Amino acid sequence: MHMADALLSPSTAAVMYAASATAAGLSVRQLRKENDSRKLPVMAVSAAMIFAGQMINYTIPGTGSSGHLCGGMLLSALLGPQAGFLSMIAVLTIQCLFFADGGLMALGANIWNMAFYGCFIGYYLIWRPLQRSNLFGCQTSHSGRRAVIVLASILGCVLTLQLGALSVTVETLVSGITELPFAAFAGLMLPIHLAIGLVEGLITSAVLLFVYEARPELLMDVGNSEEKDAKMSLRGVIASLALITALTGGALSLFASGNPDGLEWALFGNAEAGYAENMALDEENFGLSSSVSDTASAIQESTSFLPDYAFKDSDAAAGTSVSGLAGSAIVAGACVLISLAGGFWRKRTVQ
Amino acid sequence: MSRINQALRELQSIDELAGGGSPVHRFSPLSKLLVTVGYILTVMSFPKYALSELFLMILYPVCISVLSGIELRRAVKQVRYVLPLVMAVGLFNPLLDRAVVMYLGNIPVSGGFLSLVSLMMKGVFCLLASFFLISTTPADRLFASLRKIHMPAGIVTLLLLTWRYITVLGEEAAVMMTAYHLRAPEQKGLHWRAWGSFIGQLLLRTMDRGSELYESMQLRGYQGDFPAVRQDPFRLKDLLYVLGWVGCFIVLRKYNIAALIGRGAGI
Repeated sequence: MHMADALLSPSTAAVMYAASATAAGLSVRQLRKENDSRKLPVMAVSAAMIFAGQMINYTIPGTGSSGHLCGGMLLSALLGPQAGFLSMIAVLTIQCLFFADGGLMALGANIWNMAFYGCFIGYYLIWRPLQRSNLFGCQTSHSGRRAVIVLASILGCVLTLQLGALSVTVETLVSGITELPFAAFAGLMLPIHLAIGLVEGLITSAVLLFVYEARPELLMDVGNSEEKDAKMSLRGVIASLALITALTGGALSLFASGNPDGLEWALFGNAEAGYAENMALDEENFGLSSSVSDTASAIQESTSFLPDYAFKDSDAAAGTSVSGLAGSAIVAGACVLISLAGGFWRKRTVQ
Repeated sequence: MSRINQALRELQSIDELAGGGSPVHRFSPLSKLLVTVGYILTVMSFPKYALSELFLMILYPVCISVLSGIELRRAVKQVRYVLPLVMAVGLFNPLLDRAVVMYLGNIPVSGGFLSLVSLMMKGVFCLLASFFLISTTPADRLFASLRKIHMPAGIVTLLLLTWRYITVLGEEAAVMMTAYHLRAPEQKGLHWRAWGSFIGQLLLRTMDRGSELYESMQLRGYQGDFPAVRQDPFRLKDLLYVLGWVGCFIVLRKYNIAALIGRGAGI
């Protein structure tokens, strides 16, 4: 799910950086309030451990393929959401710089898509409410607690990966990178990440079960009787899930109305090819126009770093392109010469 | 060789490159970070059909390659990680955007094809810029320089410590993985029955190591604030380096130099 720089426009990347920076700032403030100097080294080694854990291939039984660990849910169950989020930032930054996993300017988006949902949504909406509820009698029963850990891990990983995949889709579409309509792109991304989320949930639950058996005190919200008064009922969990489903569904329908599906695109999207005339449909006056989409377009036009899509309608476009390509070829030749000259100069310096 | 060992070796080789002494290595980490961010932002901002304008942005990685002595070939190896993902996203563009936007001789070229190629070029260029940043700047100095742009001390310390401990825990995981493969030679990956115990053991060792690290830091006077790490000064030459490159990027973004050269050559 690591996004490359090429998949984002500068304005989208900046918005995602701002969102992730705000979450990071609040997390740092919260940790300062806790004033637990012991936490930082543990966060660092945990981040390093997640990094190592991601390098291991996990064989998926019966498929011959392998899954991988993302780590957001695991870290937040061990360190808490704020510390987990900051540790994930460290992991993603080092991955981006050293392993080309995600771009430098896309880091804000990647932190949001993978760390924010995994740590904050996964923890506050799934892990903590379930651990504090009495589902399967987990407050008194050992096997009940194990069941709740498995359920929370799988639910948390699936939900947060779905949210992450949805965000990738929206960010790419808002950036104008792909010609795929929203519904088709989301239809590709979400099922793939459903499977990935399930496998990650199983890996996370296996690890957390091991920790529960070996050192239960390391897990957040497990067996803390003094916090029972703040527990959230199962009804609360369901209500929260319903709320996020409604919000996600609302956002989906909003985008769906703004972005036609593949069939509609074929009917309206290519007037030059004669589709609109053939079907006697007028793209401009068909369907509903949304004030939200108009406002969004106005904001995007006024804030875009540099205007896009000017090339296509330009009269001189083709002429410019041919000269441009010729110029590019000349520059490519110059680059080769510069490299050869550089190599020659280096050899002489060494001698 | 296992994936962990490969990753560790990759880290080591980049660290060795970053320890070089070329003119690019000698600029302050912050100046190189700013230039890289400026470069990536410029590349990202090109319209989707602006292939020839975008192509000229290759000048930056080529110049850095020549000045730093790090072969472009070494950087291009990294492309294998990013190109498949970028291609997967842009693959539908030629199918969906079939409007002809230019002719190469008599051959019509669709907008979707141009946008796919420009997307791939953007992916490769941004990756090259990040690679040259990290292969000409030691990671600890780069992270330390983030303090200058007011990154919270906690995050900088976390990055520095994580960076140090990645090698330690990576080696630990590699040893565990080797031991596992010796016991289970037929297994390609980690069997699902071992998922919990393997990573769980690694995690418990990690937590213990975290406590040891904390105690040893305390013995050296740690009370919540990391001792000041070495900060590279931001000198006039660093400022000129940043201004020079950013000026170049603005010119390359604003004017279609490739077309001017092409016309100059009479084409």
